[in-house]
Amino acid sequence: MSSATGMGAGAARTRAALLAAPALVVFLAFWLLPMARLALFAGQGPSGIEAYWAVLAHPQYRASLISTILLSGLVTLATLAIGGITGVFLSRHHFPGHGLLAGMLTLPLAFPGVVVGFMVILLAGRQGVIGQLAAILGAGRPVFAYSMTGLFLGYLYFSIPRVLLTVMGAAEKLDPALEEAARSLGASPLAILKDVVIPALSPALIGAGALCFATAMGAFGTAFTLATRISVLPMTIYTEFTLFADMPIAAAMSLMLGAVTWAILALARQATGAGVAAAA
Amino acid sequence: MTGRRLLLALPLALAVATSAFLIVPVALSVLAGLSVNWQQGLAGGLTLHWIGEVWTLYADTVVRTLALAFATVAVDQLLGVPLAYVLARHPSRRARLVEELIMLPVAVPGLATALALIILYGGWHDFRGSSAFILVGHVLFTLPFMVRSVLAVLAAIDIATLEEGAASLGAGPMRRLLGVVLPNARPGILAGSLMVLTLSVGEFNMTWMLHTPLTKTLPVGLADAYASMRLEIASAYTVVFLLMIIPLLLLMQWAAPVRRRPRTTRP
Repeated sequence: MSSATGMGAGAARTRAALLAAPALVVFLAFWLLPMARLALFAGQGPSGIEAYWAVLAHPQYRASLISTILLSGLVTLATLAIGGITGVFLSRHHFPGHGLLAGMLTLPLAFPGVVVGFMVILLAGRQGVIGQLAAILGAGRPVFAYSMTGLFLGYLYFSIPRVLLTVMGAAEKLDPALEEAARSLGASPLAILKDVVIPALSPALIGAGALCFATAMGAFGTAFTLATRISVLPMTIYTEFTLFADMPIAAAMSLMLGAVTWAILALARQATGAGVAAAA
Repeated sequence: MTGRRLLLALPLALAVATSAFLIVPVALSVLAGLSVNWQQGLAGGLTLHWIGEVWTLYADTVVRTLALAFATVAVDQLLGVPLAYVLARHPSRRARLVEELIMLPVAVPGLATALALIILYGGWHDFRGSSAFILVGHVLFTLPFMVRSVLAVLAAIDIATLEEGAASLGAGPMRRLLGVVLPNARPGILAGSLMVLTLSVGEFNMTWMLHTPLTKTLPVGLADAYASMRLEIASAYTVVFLLMIIPLLLLMQWAAPVRRRPRTTRP
Protein backbone atom coordinates (compact mmCIF):
# COMPACT_ATOMS: atom_id res chain seq x y z
CA MET A 1 0.00 0.00 0.00
CA SER A 2 2.77 2.39 0.87
CA SER A 3 4.41 1.88 -2.50
CA ALA A 4 1.11 2.55 -4.25
CA THR A 5 0.75 5.90 -2.53
CA GLY A 6 4.22 6.77 -3.66
CA MET A 7 5.78 7.03 -0.23
CA GLY A 8 7.85 4.83 1.98
CA ALA A 9 6.26 3.55 5.17
CA GLY A 10 8.46 5.92 7.16
CA ALA A 11 7.41 8.95 5.16
CA ALA A 12 3.74 7.99 5.43
CA ARG A 13 4.08 7.65 9.17
CA THR A 14 5.81 11.01 9.49
CA ARG A 15 3.07 12.64 7.46
CA ALA A 16 0.38 11.03 9.64
CA ALA A 17 2.15 12.18 12.80
CA LEU A 18 2.44 15.73 11.47
CA LEU A 19 -1.22 15.88 10.51
CA ALA A 20 -2.42 14.49 13.83
CA ALA A 21 0.00 16.55 15.92
CA PRO A 22 -1.86 19.90 16.18
CA ALA A 23 -5.04 18.34 17.58
CA LEU A 24 -3.11 16.10 19.93
CA VAL A 25 -0.92 18.94 21.22
CA VAL A 26 -3.98 21.09 21.93
CA PHE A 27 -5.66 18.19 23.71
CA LEU A 28 -2.55 17.49 25.74
CA ALA A 29 -1.90 21.10 26.69
CA PHE A 30 -5.46 22.17 27.41
CA TRP A 31 -7.14 19.06 28.70
CA LEU A 32 -4.83 16.28 29.83
CA LEU A 33 -2.34 18.55 31.55
CA PRO A 34 -4.96 20.70 33.31
CA MET A 35 -6.83 17.58 34.45
CA ALA A 36 -3.63 16.09 35.84
CA ARG A 37 -2.99 19.38 37.64
CA LEU A 38 -6.54 19.29 38.99
CA ALA A 39 -5.98 15.79 40.37
CA LEU A 40 -2.78 16.88 42.11
CA PHE A 41 -4.38 20.08 43.31
CA ALA A 42 -7.21 18.16 44.97
CA GLY A 43 -4.60 16.38 47.08
CA GLN A 44 -2.78 19.55 48.11
CA GLY A 45 -5.44 21.17 50.27
CA PRO A 46 -5.33 21.33 54.05
CA SER A 47 -6.76 17.82 54.20
CA GLY A 48 -4.35 16.40 51.61
CA ILE A 49 -5.35 13.24 49.79
CA GLU A 50 -8.21 13.03 52.24
CA ALA A 51 -10.07 15.60 50.17
CA TYR A 52 -11.20 12.65 48.09
CA TRP A 53 -12.32 10.78 51.18
CA ALA A 54 -14.03 13.85 52.62
CA VAL A 55 -16.42 13.87 49.68
CA LEU A 56 -17.79 10.55 50.92
CA ALA A 57 -17.35 11.08 54.65
CA HIS A 58 -18.66 14.64 55.09
CA PRO A 59 -22.43 14.45 55.73
CA GLN A 60 -23.22 17.46 53.57
CA TYR A 61 -21.29 16.25 50.54
CA ARG A 62 -22.57 12.73 51.01
CA ALA A 63 -26.16 13.97 51.11
CA SER A 64 -25.53 15.93 47.93
CA LEU A 65 -24.07 12.85 46.25
CA ILE A 66 -26.96 10.65 47.33
CA SER A 67 -29.67 13.08 46.24
CA THR A 68 -27.94 13.53 42.87
CA ILE A 69 -27.81 9.77 42.33
CA LEU A 70 -31.45 9.32 43.40
CA LEU A 71 -32.65 12.17 41.21
CA SER A 72 -30.66 10.93 38.19
CA GLY A 73 -31.90 7.38 38.72
CA LEU A 74 -35.55 8.45 38.94
CA VAL A 75 -35.20 10.67 35.89
CA THR A 76 -33.59 7.81 33.98
CA LEU A 77 -36.40 5.38 34.82
CA ALA A 78 -39.14 7.88 33.96
CA THR A 79 -37.40 8.91 30.73
CA LEU A 80 -36.91 5.30 29.64
CA ALA A 81 -40.60 4.58 30.21
CA ILE A 82 -41.80 7.68 28.35
CA GLY A 83 -39.13 7.63 25.66
CA GLY A 84 -39.40 3.87 25.19
CA ILE A 85 -43.16 3.84 24.67
CA THR A 86 -43.33 6.94 22.46
CA GLY A 87 -40.20 5.92 20.54
CA VAL A 88 -41.53 2.47 19.65
CA PHE A 89 -44.92 3.95 18.83
CA LEU A 90 -43.53 6.64 16.54
CA SER A 91 -41.26 4.22 14.69
CA ARG A 92 -44.20 1.83 14.11
CA HIS A 93 -47.03 4.09 13.12
CA HIS A 94 -46.91 6.71 10.44
CA PHE A 95 -49.84 9.08 10.43
CA PRO A 96 -50.55 12.67 9.39
CA GLY A 97 -48.58 14.96 11.68
CA HIS A 98 -46.03 12.25 12.45
CA GLY A 99 -43.08 14.33 11.29
CA LEU A 100 -44.27 17.37 13.22
CA LEU A 101 -44.75 15.33 16.40
CA ALA A 102 -41.29 13.76 16.06
CA GLY A 103 -39.81 17.19 15.34
CA MET A 104 -41.40 18.72 18.42
CA LEU A 105 -40.19 15.85 20.56
CA THR A 106 -36.58 16.35 19.51
CA LEU A 107 -36.37 20.16 19.27
CA PRO A 108 -35.10 20.65 22.86
CA LEU A 109 -32.00 18.60 22.01
CA ALA A 110 -30.13 21.82 21.25
CA PHE A 111 -31.27 23.73 24.34
CA PRO A 112 -28.61 24.48 26.93
CA GLY A 113 -29.43 23.53 30.51
CA VAL A 114 -30.17 27.14 31.51
CA VAL A 115 -32.87 27.42 28.88
CA VAL A 116 -34.35 24.11 30.07
CA GLY A 117 -34.46 25.58 33.56
CA PHE A 118 -36.33 28.60 32.25
CA MET A 119 -38.82 26.33 30.47
CA VAL A 120 -39.62 24.79 33.88
CA ILE A 121 -40.00 28.29 35.35
CA LEU A 122 -42.52 29.12 32.62
CA LEU A 123 -44.41 25.94 33.50
CA ALA A 124 -44.21 25.90 37.27
CA GLY A 125 -42.68 29.18 38.38
CA ARG A 126 -44.32 32.14 40.10
CA GLN A 127 -45.95 33.28 36.85
CA GLY A 128 -46.07 29.75 35.46
CA VAL A 129 -48.92 28.35 33.44
CA ILE A 130 -49.60 25.48 35.85
CA GLY A 131 -50.11 27.93 38.70
CA GLN A 132 -52.40 30.08 36.57
CA LEU A 133 -54.49 27.12 35.49
CA ALA A 134 -54.71 25.90 39.07
CA ALA A 135 -55.77 29.36 40.22
CA ILE A 136 -58.57 29.39 37.65
CA LEU A 137 -59.70 26.01 38.94
CA GLY A 138 -59.55 27.36 42.47
CA ALA A 139 -56.72 25.11 43.56
CA GLY A 140 -54.41 27.82 44.79
CA ARG A 141 -51.21 28.81 43.01
CA PRO A 142 -48.68 25.98 43.25
CA VAL A 143 -45.07 27.00 42.57
CA PHE A 144 -42.71 24.05 42.38
CA ALA A 145 -40.16 25.08 39.76
CA TYR A 146 -37.50 25.65 42.41
CA SER A 147 -38.02 22.38 44.24
CA MET A 148 -36.83 18.84 43.63
CA THR A 149 -39.99 18.36 41.54
CA GLY A 150 -39.00 21.27 39.31
CA LEU A 151 -35.52 19.86 38.93
CA PHE A 152 -37.02 16.47 38.07
CA LEU A 153 -39.18 18.09 35.36
CA GLY A 154 -36.18 19.94 33.97
CA TYR A 155 -34.02 16.82 33.79
CA LEU A 156 -36.91 14.97 32.19
CA TYR A 157 -37.18 17.80 29.66
CA PHE A 158 -33.63 17.48 28.40
CA SER A 159 -33.51 13.68 28.71
CA ILE A 160 -36.61 12.72 26.73
CA PRO A 161 -35.38 13.86 23.29
CA ARG A 162 -32.05 12.03 23.67
CA VAL A 163 -33.64 8.75 24.75
CA LEU A 164 -36.37 9.04 22.17
CA LEU A 165 -33.90 9.37 19.30
CA THR A 166 -31.94 6.30 20.44
CA VAL A 167 -35.09 4.21 20.88
CA MET A 168 -36.53 5.27 17.53
CA GLY A 169 -33.29 4.38 15.79
CA ALA A 170 -33.23 0.94 17.39
CA ALA A 171 -36.96 0.25 16.94
CA GLU A 172 -36.72 0.90 13.21
CA LYS A 173 -34.18 -1.88 12.92
CA LEU A 174 -36.41 -4.46 14.66
CA ASP A 175 -37.61 -7.30 12.48
CA PRO A 176 -41.42 -7.10 12.27
CA ALA A 177 -41.49 -10.78 11.28
CA LEU A 178 -40.59 -11.76 14.85
CA GLU A 179 -43.64 -10.03 16.26
CA GLU A 180 -45.78 -11.36 13.44
CA ALA A 181 -44.62 -14.87 14.33
CA ALA A 182 -45.38 -14.33 18.02
CA ARG A 183 -48.81 -12.97 17.14
CA SER A 184 -49.65 -15.89 14.87
CA LEU A 185 -48.67 -18.20 17.70
CA GLY A 186 -51.32 -16.51 19.79
CA ALA A 187 -49.23 -14.26 22.01
CA SER A 188 -51.11 -11.30 23.47
CA PRO A 189 -49.90 -7.77 22.65
CA LEU A 190 -48.52 -7.42 26.18
CA ALA A 191 -46.71 -10.75 25.95
CA ILE A 192 -45.18 -9.67 22.61
CA LEU A 193 -44.03 -6.43 24.21
CA LYS A 194 -42.52 -8.25 27.17
CA ASP A 195 -40.95 -11.21 25.35
CA VAL A 196 -40.09 -9.82 21.92
CA VAL A 197 -39.92 -6.04 21.74
CA ILE A 198 -38.28 -5.14 25.05
CA PRO A 199 -35.57 -7.84 24.85
CA ALA A 200 -34.74 -6.74 21.30
CA LEU A 201 -34.54 -3.11 22.39
CA SER A 202 -32.63 -3.72 25.58
CA PRO A 203 -29.16 -2.74 24.25
CA ALA A 204 -30.60 0.58 23.07
CA LEU A 205 -32.47 1.05 26.33
CA ILE A 206 -29.34 0.32 28.38
CA GLY A 207 -27.29 2.71 26.26
CA ALA A 208 -29.89 5.45 26.36
CA GLY A 209 -30.40 4.94 30.09
CA ALA A 210 -26.69 5.23 30.81
CA LEU A 211 -26.43 8.36 28.67
CA CYS A 212 -29.42 9.81 30.47
CA PHE A 213 -28.04 8.98 33.91
CA ALA A 214 -24.59 10.39 33.15
CA THR A 215 -26.02 13.59 31.69
CA ALA A 216 -28.29 14.05 34.72
CA MET A 217 -25.40 13.49 37.14
CA GLY A 218 -23.35 16.23 35.50
CA ALA A 219 -26.16 18.63 34.62
CA PHE A 220 -25.16 22.10 35.71
CA GLY A 221 -27.15 24.63 33.68
CA THR A 222 -30.60 23.42 34.69
CA ALA A 223 -29.60 23.10 38.33
CA PHE A 224 -28.01 26.55 38.18
CA THR A 225 -31.31 28.10 37.07
CA LEU A 226 -33.58 26.16 39.40
CA ALA A 227 -31.69 24.71 42.32
CA THR A 228 -30.49 27.68 44.30
CA ARG A 229 -31.55 25.83 47.42
CA ILE A 230 -31.07 22.22 46.34
CA SER A 231 -27.57 20.84 46.54
CA VAL A 232 -27.17 18.50 43.62
CA LEU A 233 -23.52 17.64 43.07
CA PRO A 234 -22.66 20.09 40.27
CA MET A 235 -24.19 22.89 42.35
CA THR A 236 -22.25 21.80 45.43
CA ILE A 237 -19.03 21.84 43.42
CA TYR A 238 -19.85 25.26 42.08
CA THR A 239 -20.66 26.74 45.50
CA GLU A 240 -17.57 25.24 47.10
CA PHE A 241 -15.46 26.71 44.33
CA THR A 242 -16.96 30.19 44.15
CA LEU A 243 -18.49 30.96 47.54
CA PHE A 244 -16.29 29.09 49.99
CA ALA A 245 -13.22 28.95 47.74
CA ASP A 246 -12.56 25.44 49.02
CA MET A 247 -10.90 24.57 45.76
CA PRO A 248 -9.30 21.24 46.69
CA ILE A 249 -12.72 19.86 47.68
CA ALA A 250 -14.30 21.29 44.52
CA ALA A 251 -11.50 19.74 42.48
CA ALA A 252 -11.85 16.35 44.18
CA MET A 253 -15.60 16.32 43.73
CA SER A 254 -15.48 17.35 40.09
CA LEU A 255 -12.88 14.67 39.35
CA MET A 256 -14.97 12.00 41.04
CA LEU A 257 -18.06 13.17 39.19
CA GLY A 258 -16.10 13.09 35.93
CA ALA A 259 -14.83 9.59 36.63
CA VAL A 260 -18.37 8.38 37.34
CA THR A 261 -19.96 9.91 34.24
CA TRP A 262 -17.10 8.68 32.06
CA ALA A 263 -17.35 5.14 33.44
CA ILE A 264 -21.11 5.01 32.90
CA LEU A 265 -20.75 6.23 29.34
CA ALA A 266 -17.97 3.73 28.66
CA LEU A 267 -20.28 0.97 29.92
CA ALA A 268 -23.02 2.28 27.65
CA ARG A 269 -20.70 2.16 24.69
CA GLN A 270 -19.86 -1.43 25.53
CA ALA A 271 -23.57 -2.25 25.53
CA THR A 272 -24.55 -0.41 22.39
CA GLY A 273 -21.44 0.34 20.39
CA ALA A 274 -22.42 3.99 20.31
CA GLY A 275 -23.27 6.82 22.62
CA VAL A 276 -22.16 10.37 23.10
CA ALA A 277 -22.87 12.51 26.07
CA ALA A 278 -23.90 16.07 25.74
CA ALA A 279 -24.02 18.79 28.31
CA ALA A 280 -27.23 19.94 29.89
CA MET B 1 -60.26 -5.63 19.70
CA THR B 2 -60.71 -2.90 22.27
CA GLY B 3 -57.42 -4.11 23.77
CA ARG B 4 -55.60 -3.39 20.53
CA ARG B 5 -57.34 -0.03 20.22
CA LEU B 6 -56.15 0.87 23.68
CA LEU B 7 -52.66 -0.27 22.76
CA LEU B 8 -52.69 2.34 20.00
CA ALA B 9 -54.49 5.12 21.82
CA LEU B 10 -52.41 5.11 24.99
CA PRO B 11 -49.00 5.56 23.36
CA LEU B 12 -50.40 8.22 21.05
CA ALA B 13 -51.80 10.08 24.04
CA LEU B 14 -48.45 9.78 25.77
CA ALA B 15 -46.62 11.04 22.68
CA VAL B 16 -48.94 14.03 22.39
CA ALA B 17 -48.73 14.80 26.11
CA THR B 18 -44.93 14.54 26.03
CA SER B 19 -44.61 16.84 23.03
CA ALA B 20 -46.95 19.28 24.78
CA PHE B 21 -44.69 19.18 27.84
CA LEU B 22 -41.71 20.00 25.61
CA ILE B 23 -43.31 22.56 23.30
CA VAL B 24 -45.79 24.46 25.49
CA PRO B 25 -43.04 26.23 27.46
CA VAL B 26 -41.28 27.16 24.21
CA ALA B 27 -44.52 28.70 22.95
CA LEU B 28 -45.02 30.42 26.32
CA SER B 29 -41.57 31.99 26.14
CA VAL B 30 -42.32 33.33 22.67
CA LEU B 31 -45.67 34.74 23.82
CA ALA B 32 -44.25 36.17 27.05
CA GLY B 33 -41.37 37.74 25.16
CA LEU B 34 -43.78 39.46 22.81
CA SER B 35 -46.44 40.40 25.36
CA VAL B 36 -46.75 43.89 26.80
CA ASN B 37 -47.29 42.46 30.25
CA TRP B 38 -47.31 38.70 30.87
CA GLN B 39 -49.36 39.08 34.05
CA GLN B 40 -52.23 40.18 31.81
CA GLY B 41 -51.48 37.49 29.28
CA LEU B 42 -52.26 38.17 25.64
CA ALA B 43 -55.08 40.54 26.60
CA GLY B 44 -52.48 43.19 27.34
CA GLY B 45 -51.39 43.19 23.70
CA LEU B 46 -48.24 42.32 21.81
CA THR B 47 -45.05 44.32 21.40
CA LEU B 48 -41.49 44.12 20.16
CA HIS B 49 -40.43 46.43 22.97
CA TRP B 50 -38.79 43.69 25.05
CA ILE B 51 -36.86 42.33 22.08
CA GLY B 52 -35.51 45.86 21.56
CA GLU B 53 -34.69 46.08 25.25
CA VAL B 54 -32.80 42.78 25.03
CA TRP B 55 -30.88 44.12 22.08
CA THR B 56 -29.74 47.24 23.93
CA LEU B 57 -28.83 45.19 27.02
CA TYR B 58 -27.29 42.12 25.47
CA ALA B 59 -26.31 42.76 21.82
CA ASP B 60 -22.66 42.27 22.74
CA THR B 61 -23.35 38.72 23.98
CA VAL B 62 -25.01 37.82 20.67
CA VAL B 63 -22.07 39.16 18.68
CA ARG B 64 -19.51 37.45 20.93
CA THR B 65 -21.40 34.15 20.81
CA LEU B 66 -21.47 34.17 17.01
CA ALA B 67 -17.81 35.17 16.77
CA LEU B 68 -16.85 32.43 19.23
CA ALA B 69 -18.94 29.84 17.39
CA PHE B 70 -17.33 30.61 14.04
CA ALA B 71 -13.86 30.72 15.58
CA THR B 72 -14.55 27.34 17.19
CA VAL B 73 -15.58 25.91 13.83
CA ALA B 74 -12.44 27.29 12.17
CA VAL B 75 -10.13 25.86 14.83
CA ASP B 76 -11.99 22.54 14.82
CA GLN B 77 -11.60 22.30 11.06
CA LEU B 78 -7.89 23.06 11.24
CA LEU B 79 -7.30 20.54 14.03
CA GLY B 80 -10.02 17.99 13.41
CA VAL B 81 -10.03 17.38 9.66
CA PRO B 82 -6.35 16.36 9.47
CA LEU B 83 -6.78 14.19 12.57
CA ALA B 84 -9.88 12.50 11.14
CA TYR B 85 -7.98 11.87 7.92
CA VAL B 86 -5.13 10.20 9.79
CA LEU B 87 -7.57 8.10 11.83
CA ALA B 88 -9.36 7.04 8.65
CA ARG B 89 -6.15 6.16 6.82
CA HIS B 90 -4.50 4.30 9.68
CA PRO B 91 -7.22 2.43 11.54
CA SER B 92 -5.56 0.74 14.47
CA ARG B 93 -5.87 0.27 18.19
CA ARG B 94 -3.91 3.44 18.65
CA ALA B 95 -6.38 5.29 16.44
CA ARG B 96 -9.27 3.97 18.56
CA LEU B 97 -7.45 5.15 21.66
CA VAL B 98 -6.98 8.65 20.25
CA GLU B 99 -10.67 8.75 19.35
CA GLU B 100 -11.54 7.74 22.91
CA LEU B 101 -9.16 10.29 24.41
CA ILE B 102 -10.45 13.32 22.55
CA MET B 103 -13.97 12.23 23.57
CA LEU B 104 -13.11 12.71 27.26
CA PRO B 105 -13.99 16.42 27.45
CA VAL B 106 -17.50 15.44 26.35
CA ALA B 107 -17.85 12.50 28.74
CA VAL B 108 -16.61 14.49 31.74
CA PRO B 109 -18.87 17.34 32.97
CA GLY B 110 -17.85 20.74 31.61
CA LEU B 111 -17.55 21.98 35.18
CA ALA B 112 -14.52 19.71 35.76
CA THR B 113 -12.78 20.75 32.55
CA ALA B 114 -13.41 24.40 33.34
CA LEU B 115 -12.01 24.07 36.88
CA ALA B 116 -8.91 22.35 35.48
CA LEU B 117 -8.36 25.11 32.93
CA ILE B 118 -8.79 27.82 35.56
CA ILE B 119 -6.39 26.17 37.99
CA LEU B 120 -3.63 25.67 35.43
CA TYR B 121 -4.03 28.73 33.20
CA GLY B 122 -6.12 31.11 35.32
CA GLY B 123 -2.97 32.96 36.41
CA TRP B 124 -2.23 34.17 32.89
CA HIS B 125 -4.36 37.26 33.21
CA ASP B 126 -4.52 38.40 29.62
CA PHE B 127 -5.50 34.89 28.57
CA ARG B 128 -7.94 34.34 31.45
CA GLY B 129 -9.76 37.58 30.70
CA SER B 130 -10.02 37.09 26.95
CA SER B 131 -12.54 35.28 24.80
CA ALA B 132 -9.70 32.95 23.78
CA PHE B 133 -10.04 31.29 27.19
CA ILE B 134 -13.65 30.40 26.34
CA LEU B 135 -12.60 29.41 22.83
CA VAL B 136 -10.26 26.79 24.29
CA GLY B 137 -13.10 25.26 26.26
CA HIS B 138 -15.42 25.23 23.26
CA VAL B 139 -12.78 23.62 21.06
CA LEU B 140 -12.17 20.85 23.60
CA PHE B 141 -15.87 20.18 23.90
CA THR B 142 -16.71 20.26 20.18
CA LEU B 143 -13.61 18.80 18.49
CA PRO B 144 -14.73 15.16 18.86
CA PHE B 145 -17.96 15.93 16.99
CA MET B 146 -16.03 17.38 14.05
CA VAL B 147 -13.59 14.45 14.03
CA ARG B 148 -16.37 11.85 14.21
CA SER B 149 -18.40 13.48 11.49
CA VAL B 150 -15.46 13.67 9.06
CA LEU B 151 -14.20 10.23 10.04
CA ALA B 152 -17.61 8.66 9.37
CA VAL B 153 -17.68 10.09 5.84
CA LEU B 154 -14.08 9.16 5.04
CA ALA B 155 -14.55 5.62 6.35
CA ALA B 156 -17.76 5.13 4.37
CA ILE B 157 -16.19 6.05 1.00
CA ASP B 158 -13.00 4.02 1.52
CA ILE B 159 -10.66 6.97 1.11
CA ALA B 160 -7.59 4.73 1.12
CA THR B 161 -8.54 3.06 -2.16
CA LEU B 162 -9.45 6.37 -3.77
CA GLU B 163 -6.12 7.83 -2.78
CA GLU B 164 -4.23 4.83 -4.07
CA GLY B 165 -6.02 5.27 -7.38
CA ALA B 166 -5.00 8.91 -7.53
CA ALA B 167 -1.45 8.04 -6.54
CA SER B 168 -1.18 5.40 -9.27
CA LEU B 169 -2.12 8.15 -11.73
CA GLY B 170 0.81 10.17 -10.43
CA ALA B 171 -0.86 12.57 -7.97
CA GLY B 172 1.47 13.68 -5.18
CA PRO B 173 0.42 13.98 -1.51
CA MET B 174 -0.64 17.64 -1.79
CA ARG B 175 -2.56 17.04 -4.98
CA ARG B 176 -4.36 14.08 -3.39
CA LEU B 177 -5.21 16.08 -0.32
CA LEU B 178 -6.73 18.96 -2.27
CA GLY B 179 -8.14 16.96 -5.16
CA VAL B 180 -9.35 13.75 -3.51
CA VAL B 181 -9.49 13.88 0.27
CA LEU B 182 -11.00 17.30 0.95
CA PRO B 183 -13.73 17.18 -1.74
CA ASN B 184 -14.77 13.75 -0.49
CA ALA B 185 -14.71 14.83 3.13
CA ARG B 186 -16.82 17.91 2.44
CA PRO B 187 -20.23 16.50 3.53
CA GLY B 188 -18.66 15.39 6.80
CA ILE B 189 -16.95 18.75 7.31
CA LEU B 190 -20.23 20.57 6.62
CA ALA B 191 -22.32 18.40 8.95
CA GLY B 192 -19.61 18.57 11.63
CA SER B 193 -19.34 22.35 11.32
CA LEU B 194 -23.08 22.86 11.76
CA MET B 195 -23.07 20.55 14.77
CA VAL B 196 -20.13 22.47 16.26
CA LEU B 197 -21.85 25.83 15.64
CA THR B 198 -24.98 24.59 17.41
CA LEU B 199 -23.03 23.22 20.37
CA SER B 200 -20.88 26.32 20.72
CA VAL B 201 -23.82 28.74 20.54
CA GLY B 202 -25.57 26.83 23.35
CA GLU B 203 -22.59 25.95 25.55
CA PHE B 204 -23.12 27.05 29.13
CA ASN B 205 -21.58 24.61 31.63
CA MET B 206 -17.97 25.46 30.81
CA THR B 207 -18.56 28.98 29.60
CA TRP B 208 -20.16 30.04 32.88
CA MET B 209 -16.93 29.20 34.69
CA LEU B 210 -14.59 30.50 31.98
CA HIS B 211 -16.24 33.85 31.28
CA THR B 212 -15.45 37.19 32.86
CA PRO B 213 -17.80 40.21 33.07
CA LEU B 214 -16.23 41.42 29.83
CA THR B 215 -16.56 38.13 27.95
CA LYS B 216 -20.20 37.18 28.44
CA THR B 217 -21.79 34.89 25.86
CA LEU B 218 -25.47 34.48 25.06
CA PRO B 219 -26.16 31.51 27.38
CA VAL B 220 -24.28 33.31 30.16
CA GLY B 221 -26.41 36.40 29.55
CA LEU B 222 -29.51 34.19 29.60
CA ALA B 223 -28.57 32.86 33.04
CA ASP B 224 -28.16 36.47 34.21
CA ALA B 225 -31.50 37.47 32.76
CA TYR B 226 -33.29 34.46 34.26
CA ALA B 227 -31.94 35.36 37.68
CA SER B 228 -32.41 39.12 37.68
CA MET B 229 -34.64 40.41 34.88
CA ARG B 230 -38.41 40.54 34.56
CA LEU B 231 -40.03 37.58 32.87
CA GLU B 232 -40.77 39.47 29.65
CA ILE B 233 -37.10 40.33 29.11
CA ALA B 234 -35.94 36.82 30.02
CA SER B 235 -38.48 35.46 27.55
CA ALA B 236 -37.57 37.89 24.78
CA TYR B 237 -33.89 36.99 25.25
CA THR B 238 -34.85 33.32 24.96
CA VAL B 239 -36.64 34.13 21.71
CA VAL B 240 -33.42 35.68 20.40
CA PHE B 241 -31.63 32.45 21.30
CA LEU B 242 -34.30 30.36 19.56
CA LEU B 243 -33.97 32.54 16.46
CA MET B 244 -30.28 31.69 16.38
CA ILE B 245 -30.51 27.99 17.15
CA ILE B 246 -33.55 26.85 15.14
CA PRO B 247 -32.15 27.81 11.70
CA LEU B 248 -28.98 25.92 12.67
CA LEU B 249 -31.05 22.84 13.55
CA LEU B 250 -32.93 23.02 10.25
CA LEU B 251 -29.67 23.41 8.33
CA MET B 252 -28.30 20.40 10.21
CA GLN B 253 -31.24 18.25 9.14
CA TRP B 254 -30.75 19.42 5.58
CA ALA B 255 -27.02 18.75 5.58
CA ALA B 256 -27.08 15.43 7.42
CA PRO B 257 -25.20 12.80 5.45
CA VAL B 258 -27.86 10.42 4.13
CA ARG B 259 -28.03 7.79 6.82
CA ARG B 260 -31.37 6.20 6.20
CA ARG B 261 -30.31 4.58 2.96
CA PRO B 262 -29.62 0.91 3.66
CA ARG B 263 -26.01 0.08 2.95
CA THR B 264 -26.86 -3.16 1.21
CA THR B 265 -28.33 -1.39 -1.82
CA ARG B 266 -24.88 -0.25 -2.86
CA PRO B 267 -23.39 -2.43 -5.56
